[in-house]
Amino acid sequence: MSDDEQETTRTRVPMPIATLSDPHLGDAAKHPSRVEGIIALIFVLGIVMTAGFGAAYWQNWNPWIIGGTMGAGLFLLGFGLTAWGKYLMPQGPFVEERHVLAGSPEERGAMSAALVERSAVVVKRRKLLGGLFALGAGIFGIVAIFPLLRSLGPVPGTSLDRTDWRKGSLLVDSNGRSVKRGTLVVGGIMTVYPQNFEYSPNGQATDQTVLIRVQDSDLVTAPGRETWAPAGYVAYSKVCTHLGCPVGLYEQQLELLVCPCHQSMFNVRNGAVPQFGPAPRPLPQLPLYFDSDGTLRAQTGFDQAVGPGFFERTTTEKL
Amino acid sequence: MGPYGRVGQVVDELDDRLGIAKGGRVFLDKIFPDHWSFMLGEIALYSFVVLIATGIFLALYFVPSTNQVIYHGTYKPLRGQVVSEAYESTVNISFAVRGGLLVRQMHHWAADIFVGSIVVHMARVFFTGAFRKPRETNWLIGTTMLILAILEGFIGYSLPDDLISGTGLRIGYSIAESIPFVGSYLTSFLWGGTFPGNVIIERFYLIHVFIIPLAIAGLLAAHLGLLVRQKHTQFKGEGRTETNVVGSPMFPTFMAKTTGFLFMVAGATALLGAFAQINPIWQFGSYDPSKISYAVQPDWYMGWLDGALRIMPSWEFAGWGHTVPLEVFLPAVVFPGLIFTIALLWPALEHRITGDNELHNLLDRPRDRPKRTAAGAALFALLFVLFAASSTDVLANYFHLSLNFVLWAFRVLTFVVPIVVAFVTYGICREMQGVQGIGKRKRAVIVYRSAEGEYSTVTAAPRPDDEHEELDPEPVPVRIDIEPLANGPQAANAESSPTGARRVTR
Repeated sequence: MSDDEQETTRTRVPMPIATLSDPHLGDAAKHPSRVEGIIALIFVLGIVMTAGFGAAYWQNWNPWIIGGTMGAGLFLLGFGLTAWGKYLMPQGPFVEERHVLAGSPEERGAMSAALVERSAVVVKRRKLLGGLFALGAGIFGIVAIFPLLRSLGPVPGTSLDRTDWRKGSLLVDSNGRSVKRGTLVVGGIMTVYPQNFEYSPNGQATDQTVLIRVQDSDLVTAPGRETWAPAGYVAYSKVCTHLGCPVGLYEQQLELLVCPCHQSMFNVRNGAVPQFGPAPRPLPQLPLYFDSDGTLRAQTGFDQAVGPGFFERTTTEKL
Repeated sequence: MGPYGRVGQVVDELDDRLGIAKGGRVFLDKIFPDHWSFMLGEIALYSFVVLIATGIFLALYFVPSTNQVIYHGTYKPLRGQVVSEAYESTVNISFAVRGGLLVRQMHHWAADIFVGSIVVHMARVFFTGAFRKPRETNWLIGTTMLILAILEGFIGYSLPDDLISGTGLRIGYSIAESIPFVGSYLTSFLWGGTFPGNVIIERFYLIHVFIIPLAIAGLLAAHLGLLVRQKHTQFKGEGRTETNVVGSPMFPTFMAKTTGFLFMVAGATALLGAFAQINPIWQFGSYDPSKISYAVQPDWYMGWLDGALRIMPSWEFAGWGHTVPLEVFLPAVVFPGLIFTIALLWPALEHRITGDNELHNLLDRPRDRPKRTAAGAALFALLFVLFAASSTDVLANYFHLSLNFVLWAFRVLTFVVPIVVAFVTYGICREMQGVQGIGKRKRAVIVYRSAEGEYSTVTAAPRPDDEHEELDPEPVPVRIDIEPLANGPQAANAESSPTGARRVTR
């Protein structure tokens, strides 16, 4: 039926109420006046709740009273309106024809013809102009990427390979206190940083190192690391080699450092070799020594990049 | 004044200027097929409305800055602590802004509902074949919106700069870092240097409140525009063909139902925000890169990625002076990339397999397309196993199992469950196809024994309630009179109506 025909149709078309055509409805729907009463009651409750929401907000009552009245008010008003639509408005079934979206073959042909023929005449004959414009647009596109690449942040360079640990760096805790021979008992653990780490951007994130006293005497975690853990003090980067979470759990009985994010476990005694979980590499170890005052210092910085892998990472030492 | 009073006058005036009458009438008559599963997309649409409304409220009070300040607010346990301005303002929204905690929790709940309803809506579209020609474009738009919604959610819960979201950001940084060739450049440009830097919250805030919402709003408009232009699909049924739409009219029926539904979605979100605590950031503290919490999972829609990261073996590649962290790159970049590529390309893949070039407006029953249904069920099974794998530690603790056992169990289940689910689903579909009268209400089967001792079965007559009036669909008349046949039991006995009701048995 076309629109014109529909507009002239003013005859009353008696329709059974929607509900009768719906197999899922029970007796309630067959009594519209009763349904109307119920919906009216729902609306009144919704209005009461909405007013209560206003009062609760005005008086700054508890958040759950504000939210409870607001939610109940909105829900009841919506429920009533939906019920009104479902039970008391015409459900049909009504039908509408689908318009065919596609045009006729002639229309399609005309479109294609215009595209092909005009470009043949206008564009193809002026290949130079078209080429120049494409070149210009292309150059602009490339140039436009520059600010995105060069102004957002620095080229990474060696920034991921470096920490603030240097030869002779003083180990301090987060409050700047240094570590003496008796600071930790055997089995004790603390997080240390190089002195003045707080003045380094991101120092706390990259420099964080876990210091554990595994035993009373010097500890050798691996060949070539004979002097790295004096008096049983051993230090490993706290940045997990899997995804960079702080390796914050220490299982003292098993002498395992555990990353709570994805459960990588590192054996403290043998150079933090990953014993379980997805971490691919040992935590880098920081070589330590006691200076003449008996204060703990780093012999050198880390011998490799700390934290997760990245493409430019070159140190591939495995234990 | 004309026969239609003020309304007629306004229509006339508007029509003179904007030409609304012709199209407007067609719009009022627009038919929406009725099926409960067609409202799943509406949940997504309306939770997006809730997100915009609550998001504007939050943006009034949120300070996107990592500047460190000393907290002096109303929450006593945090007083005197050094926190970021982003964190401080989020705590202030929770405790000092009237209704702030409610709106914050509504926003978070609405985000979870938004992504959830998109996934369920997408599943409906997938299993009923609604993505087939001519609706492939809308499938692409919808899938893109899902990807954007997941990103938006992750970026959103990263903004408060609390301990848990900061850890999530650190993991996101490491995932981006794992991409070969460009990873470290990508992270350096996005974070303005190495992690954590001091610009990421500002940049994520801009992306969260402007760029992605704008993109979603644009795609949403295109999604709905295409829906109107191509008209809604419908299930097979009485009077329904490939060339028509049968259902209820836009005005007033559908408009009342859908507006009511908007209110219900908003109301349900408010009730959740009022009574169900979500993301209590004041308990976690401000982000500190050297601190970490235990047994924490990301929001549900990131769980499958976290699970994949957990069960992946530690296969880092190192050689030729380079490192490729495959244990991160494969599960967190390649795998989701593959999943979303398959999702985006599915209509094209299916077209290639079936060679079907017809226009489809009638929906499939999932059982009638057993292979597609099995493939979809297998994918969901895979995602669910990975989601469960994101709590290996919690499960090991709870069931007193070794973490190693739980890990290996999930490694096996990740491959076994989808295959089993695929075959079982395929079998169920084939089984259902063979059942007589499936989808109809069950009837009693009466067993008779004859005098000779022979048994025979007869299906009982339908119960009185099982019969109902079904009308032949007709075009929407200008005026719809709602005249109940009668009030009371005799209404059900009406034999016919002027529109041709007939008695059918369900």
